[in-house]
Amino acid sequence: MATPNHPGNHDHQSKELPQVLVLEPPPIMKLHGDQFLNDFQLLKAWESPLPLDQFLSIHAQSVKALLTPGRYPLTRNILQLLPSLQLVVTTSAGLNHIDLPEFQRRGIAIASAGDVYSEDVADMAVGLLIDVLRKISAADRYVRKGLWDTKAEFPLGSKLCSKRVGIVGLGSIGQEVAKRLQAFGCRIMYTSRNKKPSVSYPYYSNVLELAADSDVLIICCGLTEQTRHMINKDVMLALGKEGVVINIGRGAIINEKELVQCLVQRELAGAGLDVFENEPHVPRELLTMDNVVLSPHRAVRTPESLTAMCEHVKGNLEAFFSNKPLLSPVMNI
Amino acid sequence: MDSITVLMTSPMSDYLENQLKDRFNLVKLWTYSSKTDFFKHNSHSIRAIVGNTKIGADAELIDSLPELEIVSSYSVGLDKIDLRKCQEKGIRVTNTPDVLTDDVADVAMGLMLAVVRRVCECDRFVRRGLWPKGDFRLTNKFSGMQVGIVGLGRIGSAIAKRAEAFGCPISYYSRSEKPETNYKYFSNIIDLAVNCQILVVACALTEETHHIVNREVIDALGPEGILINIGRGSHIDEPELVSALLEGRLGGAGLDVYENEPEVPEQLFGLENVVLMPHVGSDTVETTDAMADLVIKNLEAHFLKKPLLTPVV
Repeated sequence: MATPNHPGNHDHQSKELPQVLVLEPPPIMKLHGDQFLNDFQLLKAWESPLPLDQFLSIHAQSVKALLTPGRYPLTRNILQLLPSLQLVVTTSAGLNHIDLPEFQRRGIAIASAGDVYSEDVADMAVGLLIDVLRKISAADRYVRKGLWDTKAEFPLGSKLCSKRVGIVGLGSIGQEVAKRLQAFGCRIMYTSRNKKPSVSYPYYSNVLELAADSDVLIICCGLTEQTRHMINKDVMLALGKEGVVINIGRGAIINEKELVQCLVQRELAGAGLDVFENEPHVPRELLTMDNVVLSPHRAVRTPESLTAMCEHVKGNLEAFFSNKPLLSPVMNI
Repeated sequence: MDSITVLMTSPMSDYLENQLKDRFNLVKLWTYSSKTDFFKHNSHSIRAIVGNTKIGADAELIDSLPELEIVSSYSVGLDKIDLRKCQEKGIRVTNTPDVLTDDVADVAMGLMLAVVRRVCECDRFVRRGLWPKGDFRLTNKFSGMQVGIVGLGRIGSAIAKRAEAFGCPISYYSRSEKPETNYKYFSNIIDLAVNCQILVVACALTEETHHIVNREVIDALGPEGILINIGRGSHIDEPELVSALLEGRLGGAGLDVYENEPEVPEQLFGLENVVLMPHVGSDTVETTDAMADLVIKNLEAHFLKKPLLTPVV
């Protein structure tokens, strides 16, 4: 029997391997190659000269599993071309690229990044907060400009200990942030979709009340219709003139225009941002401010995280194809 | 107490200066153009010195002030005070421990994160408009890195407690082992450097600890190793540190202190694996006020013949 001629299927043997569709290579594949998925037959859509809808119609009708990076929106249109799809494995910590209600309606399981990235993201959140409060990047600029021996005195920073830190979203990442900042003597409070009975931090049912009682807000939640622009001018004014916002979630959780306004008008003391509404574009007002610290969406980019993600993806795919429970299924859509 | 003359050695805090002016007859050393001029007007009236990390109370100054009773330092470090001379002459000495422990430990952690995760470099990358041209590279994971602390005193212990929250295994070298902690003890700094990835200097500067981080220690830490200094510049052999960084024999450094402040070796300015701060470890609004309050309280206690709050001698 002749083997069908399509990408990724070079010999009779690979017909036995379970198929995994990949629309666009996730960062782990770009950096590590795809040997970690040697037990699967990869359908690499981006390598085909065909337009996507044709490729999927011809080659992906019986595909059960899809591996996707964070930046690729999985819309209803794509789903319509994948009638056999039962599983999506995403390498992104965020799920905002997935039409969750549609996936739920079709009964397609989603395997998330789990807590593979949580420590790295938490480290970045804490690093940004210490930098903003103690002015580390600003100090480094000051020294490198040769200003230390001059009349230009370096301004005082603000103490971390006893700061009231409001965590927005107490998932895996939020909990890692809380654990770290407790060791610095910060007082942790949080808001989340649901109260977490296993934690003792004070719970607030809405972000405005949380902001009113906080000195710092750290955005650790996912981007959904409910959280889009949740951090708006009202929240920032409630946080106050000494307030600091740290965002390691998604840019669109904050109303970026209003954030810039508050910073320019000194309604907010500072911000540490790893994410923005229109990456890689950053509002130009921020580029010259001394009280902000900017990072190019790098919170998860460590070799250790990427290696762990390869194992995690492989583990989820193996579990699915051997009818075992997924390592990191997304519930509570 | 405004008949009591207090000498302030350098401009260290406006708040402290005002507090001293309100309570005492304040003399400011830096307002005199010459030493002779200063001594001519004040040597027989000064009963207290308020010094800091720039100018403390050395033998010459102490010897020239026969009425000196107390040195109240606006710092926890005592390396700028001739303690032996003070002891000989029965001069009391106080410092500002505890109130600045958290802030200094926070800067140590901030420097570690900034160097390992390249926070400052990321910020420069964005500000220079490089992000649209391509992503920033990978940086190493911080959580779980082995942290070695030189000096497990108040500040060293505060650093250890914070680093533990990141899952960092803690080891240390100190004058004496601290069995009440479960951190790993090394009896010499070379073994500590060999066995850690981030070496933090957190001990006091004494004759014994001068240049305690030398070429041998830097080599032991190695080309992947990171050195953090929130102690005193002279803990590290600075020329050796600079050449190790320039030659790639050391992975990176986070420095808040230098051998000849405010001079910072300019060869470091072009390096991306280095983070430089201008000795601001305790420089927060909250802590500088608390330090000033402690200086004042110690002086008042002394002149009211009450027990000193934080005596050293």
